[in-house]
Amino acid sequence: MNYFPDEVIEHIFEYVGSHRDRNALSLVCRSWYRIERCTREKVFIGNCYSITPERLIQRFPSLKSLTLKGKPHFADFSLVPHGWGGFVYPWIEALAKGKVGLEELRLKRMVVSDESLELLSRAFPNFKSLVLVSCEEFTTDGLAAIAANCKWLRELDLQENEVDDHKGQWLSCFPDSCTSLVSLNFACLKGEINTGVLERLVARSPNLKSLRLNRSVPLDALQRILARAPQLVDLGVGSLVHDPAMETFAKLMTTMNKCKSITSLSGFLEVTPRCLTAMYPILPKLTSLNLSYAAGIPGSDLIKLIRHCKKLQRLWIMDSIGDKGLGVVANTCKELQELRVFPSDNIGQHAAVTEKGLVAISMGCPKLHSLLYFCHQMTNAALITVAKNCPNFIRFRLAILDATKPDPDTNQPLDEGFGAIVQSCRRLRRLSLSGQLTDKVFLYIGMYAEQLEMLSIAFAGESDKGMLYVLNGCKKLRKLEIRDCPFGNTALLTDVGKYETMRSLWMSSCEVTVGACKVLAMKMPRLNVEIFNENEPADCEPDDVQKVEKMYLYRTLAGKRKDAPEYVWTL
Amino acid sequence: MATSASAYENDIKNLKATELTLGLPGTHLQQNVPIIDQEKSSASSSSNKRPLQLPHEETSPAQDCGSKCSNIAKNTDDDAAPPPSKAKIVGWPPIRSYRKNSLQEQSEAAGGIYVKVSMDGAPYLRKIDLKIYGGYPQLLKALENMFKLTIGEYSEKEGYKGSDYAPTYEDKDGDWMLVGDVPWDMFVTSCKRLRIMKGSEARGLGCAV
Repeated sequence: MNYFPDEVIEHIFEYVGSHRDRNALSLVCRSWYRIERCTREKVFIGNCYSITPERLIQRFPSLKSLTLKGKPHFADFSLVPHGWGGFVYPWIEALAKGKVGLEELRLKRMVVSDESLELLSRAFPNFKSLVLVSCEEFTTDGLAAIAANCKWLRELDLQENEVDDHKGQWLSCFPDSCTSLVSLNFACLKGEINTGVLERLVARSPNLKSLRLNRSVPLDALQRILARAPQLVDLGVGSLVHDPAMETFAKLMTTMNKCKSITSLSGFLEVTPRCLTAMYPILPKLTSLNLSYAAGIPGSDLIKLIRHCKKLQRLWIMDSIGDKGLGVVANTCKELQELRVFPSDNIGQHAAVTEKGLVAISMGCPKLHSLLYFCHQMTNAALITVAKNCPNFIRFRLAILDATKPDPDTNQPLDEGFGAIVQSCRRLRRLSLSGQLTDKVFLYIGMYAEQLEMLSIAFAGESDKGMLYVLNGCKKLRKLEIRDCPFGNTALLTDVGKYETMRSLWMSSCEVTVGACKVLAMKMPRLNVEIFNENEPADCEPDDVQKVEKMYLYRTLAGKRKDAPEYVWTL
Repeated sequence: MATSASAYENDIKNLKATELTLGLPGTHLQQNVPIIDQEKSSASSSSNKRPLQLPHEETSPAQDCGSKCSNIAKNTDDDAAPPPSKAKIVGWPPIRSYRKNSLQEQSEAAGGIYVKVSMDGAPYLRKIDLKIYGGYPQLLKALENMFKLTIGEYSEKEGYKGSDYAPTYEDKDGDWMLVGDVPWDMFVTSCKRLRIMKGSEARGLGCAV
């Protein structure tokens, strides 16, 4: 390959897209490193504190698209106190200073201020795509800046963010000249929007393929909007509530019949089940259906809907569908690849889904490879059956609502069941455990889960051995997060070099002490070892023998960070 | 099973001794901590069971419990400890807080259609949740109880004849309508507020044209 001129190699590299492949290319030799770095347009940074923005810009001068992740995963479950970090402003500031031709920014679990959105909207004339997932701190004022200033905006995708709604007219800030929208998702906004403005925006966006509305958009507005966008591929319905004026409803049904391209459906944040019949014309073509926020649809109506969805590949649903409903899914959705079953808020109801639903799915859906399953109970026998039926799992996440519940039939821990999963699913990359578990399950994981990259453990194990099995056995482990397990200093310190091969380690409510963390930090200067102490006063030096409530460590080339709040001690 | 039951009872006794209270050391809060859910007690006969260890976020370091404490649940302020179906642990089940908050708001929003009720001559208004009534009879009875008056029976021809009061409501178009004319479902979705008219005005509405 070295006999080819650079231009040829560059051209070949154009065909290499995935981050991992490009990373691999850059390691081959110096000239490939050079060519790769000059031609790389998309960069993914899994931990925003692992590197400085300046270094990023220096290495990749052609940078156009940046993905950043901030807070640790357990921040999703309120385990990371407020103010921990993950601020995007310094990144945007540095990119602006470095005159990067930024076109796309994707952020997850980061703190995004209105100032950063304002700066983003002004500093990058070619900016096209903003995707914010589980971010916080911005308001509709920031969105107004994006709408007003990003002339070529194609994508504004807001997923599950906590947004302060300032009742401003951010949608009106899209100028009349803005006709480039391809994707607009504002389902997570809580405030009212001007439906007239939205209709006009949709009308002048001929390329609009994806539109997800929030709760404030009523049925009649939905009908008018869809009438103007029959080319939609992905629709998120805000509100589908019965309107006594049946004429509007009939109109909606006619309009839905004209939407021949919709393959993805979501939303129904407010819904009268009777109105779901309007959706029936598009159900047979759906490949993706997300009803996980549709608390207003009872199980019986869910089942009726599902019977029409024979082409479904992805299904996110609430456990109100029940085991029986999952049986219907198993019989109907033969193409199913990804399933997520979320718990409904109804405490005290009879157990909505159990191991029976999962077994049914495994029997009916051989292509299933990704699972997130909240259930009331699980048995070893069921897991063993599932492992046999579905050897193709890439992601397997089980959350039993009672975190330490054993197998209810045998009163045994679920070691054997999960053991069967890891033994059978050789391609497993992500695993989340729950239920009563001893060290044995970790022995199995260390032995069999060769491709495992991310492991989430809670209320499991008996001794340090458990954690050591995992650290020793899982060679490809990148992220390990542990809460409320009896793993202590020996487990933490036995193989300190391992942590440089991983992105991060989280341990909370375990048996690790301050002293051990200090030792680790001293031995491994390229790790940031952070301890959170919310109860201590800031200047109080912790005792070495004291147990650490929360520890988060990650490899980094950026050194100790300067934006940590008072309660975070980087050792 | 017998040994585990007594072991369980011992746990409960020890629980009191190691109880973490939600307060500064030195204060004695009379708060009953509701204990573990019933399911666990029947299922946990295995000696491998680890007691749940909850994060000690609300205790001061002096009370920090190094040994494995027995289960503590988030308490309520009832006198009698209510039996919760699940002990509440921070961050479990592992649902994104956005999702949790969103569904909670939905259930609260879906939970009630609150409308103001004014009565002519009354010093202040009341609010009622239309969702809890199955139909007009229940609603009227509730109004009668609330304002200590008699509204009587509805008839299509004569409204609430014989009564000094007429229940009216403002609909989505801003018009004042007599309660009872339209089907209940339609009324619930279109009613924005209620007003109980009194006296001659009321009788005027009920008169046949």
